[in-house]
Amino acid sequence: MSVAVTIESVEKRFQNFPALRGVSLDIQPGELVALLGPSGSGKTTLLRVIAGLEQAERGRVLFGEADTRALSLRERRIGFVFQHYALFKTMSVAENIAFGLKSRPRAERPSPAEIKKRVSELLELIQLPGLEKRYPSQLSGGQRQRIALARALAIEPRVLLLDEPFGALDAKVRKDLRAWLRQLHQRTGHTTVFVTHDQEEALELADRVAILHDGRLEQVGSPDDVYDHPATPFVCQFLGDANHLPVKVVGSQAFFQDRPVLGGLRQNQGGPASLYVRPQHLRIVDDAPLALPGVVEHLRRNGPLRRAEVAVDGLPKRLDVDLASQVAPAIGERIRLRITHGNLFAAA
Amino acid sequence: MSDASLPYQIEDLAPARAARRIKGESRIVQFALVGVSLAFLCLFLFLPLISVFVEAGARGWQAYREAILEPDALAAIRLTLLVAAIAVPFNVIVGLAAAWAIAKFEFRGKSLLISFIDLPFSVSPVISGLVFVLLFGAQGYFGPWLAANDIKIIFAVPGILLATIFVTFPFVARELIPHMQSLGSADEETALTLGASPWRTFFTVTLPNVKWSLFYGVLLCNARAMGEFGAVAVVSGKIRGLTNTMPLHVEILYNEYMGAAAFAVASLLAGLALVTLVLKTVLEWRFADAIAASRRH
Repeated sequence: MSVAVTIESVEKRFQNFPALRGVSLDIQPGELVALLGPSGSGKTTLLRVIAGLEQAERGRVLFGEADTRALSLRERRIGFVFQHYALFKTMSVAENIAFGLKSRPRAERPSPAEIKKRVSELLELIQLPGLEKRYPSQLSGGQRQRIALARALAIEPRVLLLDEPFGALDAKVRKDLRAWLRQLHQRTGHTTVFVTHDQEEALELADRVAILHDGRLEQVGSPDDVYDHPATPFVCQFLGDANHLPVKVVGSQAFFQDRPVLGGLRQNQGGPASLYVRPQHLRIVDDAPLALPGVVEHLRRNGPLRRAEVAVDGLPKRLDVDLASQVAPAIGERIRLRITHGNLFAAA
Repeated sequence: MSDASLPYQIEDLAPARAARRIKGESRIVQFALVGVSLAFLCLFLFLPLISVFVEAGARGWQAYREAILEPDALAAIRLTLLVAAIAVPFNVIVGLAAAWAIAKFEFRGKSLLISFIDLPFSVSPVISGLVFVLLFGAQGYFGPWLAANDIKIIFAVPGILLATIFVTFPFVARELIPHMQSLGSADEETALTLGASPWRTFFTVTLPNVKWSLFYGVLLCNARAMGEFGAVAVVSGKIRGLTNTMPLHVEILYNEYMGAAAFAVASLLAGLALVTLVLKTVLEWRFADAIAASRRH
């Protein structure tokens, strides 16, 4: 079995709204794949199609060699975890985790002693031992999410599908759980697909990131790949901050308002183009060729870095510039910016 | 975790108190409002209720016993229990099905279905009864066919059943629909992906989730099924010992100037109302946490 899940040109519409328009994706065994996109991009729909909770109108999903249309939900053996956990409120933690095992046909059902053992093993695995008798209402959000994961793992799923697994948690718990999930994945090696709208989460956690936009797959690749070499303007803007400059390419240089701003281009075709520059790829320079003059209008804190907003003649939006050095320019100061790296897309 | 959440709860109370102060009704207004409500309750609810029991006991215990153990009264009690015993389970099953369909699926005509569920509430019970007479009565659409096949609906128990089911239908469904809608389908979808059959999903996940709403619905439905007068009066024909339910029996006795007997039977109905109310309150109080938890998303 070389590929765990094959998604072949899947299409799905809701009433007249096309949620997925021909999405194809291969997922390798043991891989941790993120489906990333803004709301309405179709990422959750794709996850639900893989799970079998929605039916695709065209295309198909294969688990190994098996077409999932021929499999019942039980035969698919997927572990699905919802954003709001969907723990059974009227059952204890142990009953929640045991639910899948107890739902098996009588012949395949483990004995009560085995189920009990499996439940405590799983609680051990998710680092919440001894919580068997608690009820979901007595747990914190992070604990509930881990119980939901244990419940999904109990049926030894072929694929683990997580819908915005950390979406309902606060920032600190999110970070902890992210690291924890990464470790758990390394230990158990389940093929995992998770949906998120948080690019940071996707880049940090996933082996590969699939970026969806308007029901189409924009790009699939390793986190480094998609961040450093975005295939489309959308991917570039969606993964982190990016300043947009309308430029004109002539020869090996890009011109902004008749002023060369970026050189050494390998692109052959000239003409109008869009240049995207991340804030960390703008440097304040004393004087240099290919520099862009501007006025510092605002300074603010952005995590560990300070960031300047620089107004440039002819640009409606100020440029975000990360300040690498401790010496910050003053507000109102005229500076020159050099673009150290940029992504160029021919204007459509 | 419960320890950690305690300080938050204390903090949370403070803004609520502040909000009350901001609204700033004076004490006099508060007392006036509470006083008016209490006076209204006394005049229109407690006084009539007490008078039922006082009148019922006016002629002494012996007369009370006789009024209730009289054969026609016993027949009325039996018929009322029979009707409730059929109408309530029927409405539970159909109400569950309707609530399920409305809460979990998207389909054409859904809002129309919701309006139709409310119909019995908005139509006068007398009209509800007349509809069945129009359909199944001797001069009704199906009358000749029913007569030819020797099936009696109007002026017989089936008619009373139909009218009662119609009038009490909304109670269970109305309780369940908003609750099921707020719960969504994630629990059921989870159960299905974990390999549970649809039946197992329904009985182990859906039903426990809505059991308190269902119980309320059943209580209210039962109280109305036993107490329904208008619709039943139209279809029953008031044949003593055969098609008289308790409310109809009370009316007949009262019209025949047998006040004490009428109030004796009426006290049973009033007692049922009180039991329903007490049960509801006790359950709400006893299982407040469970109810809150099952309503929480």
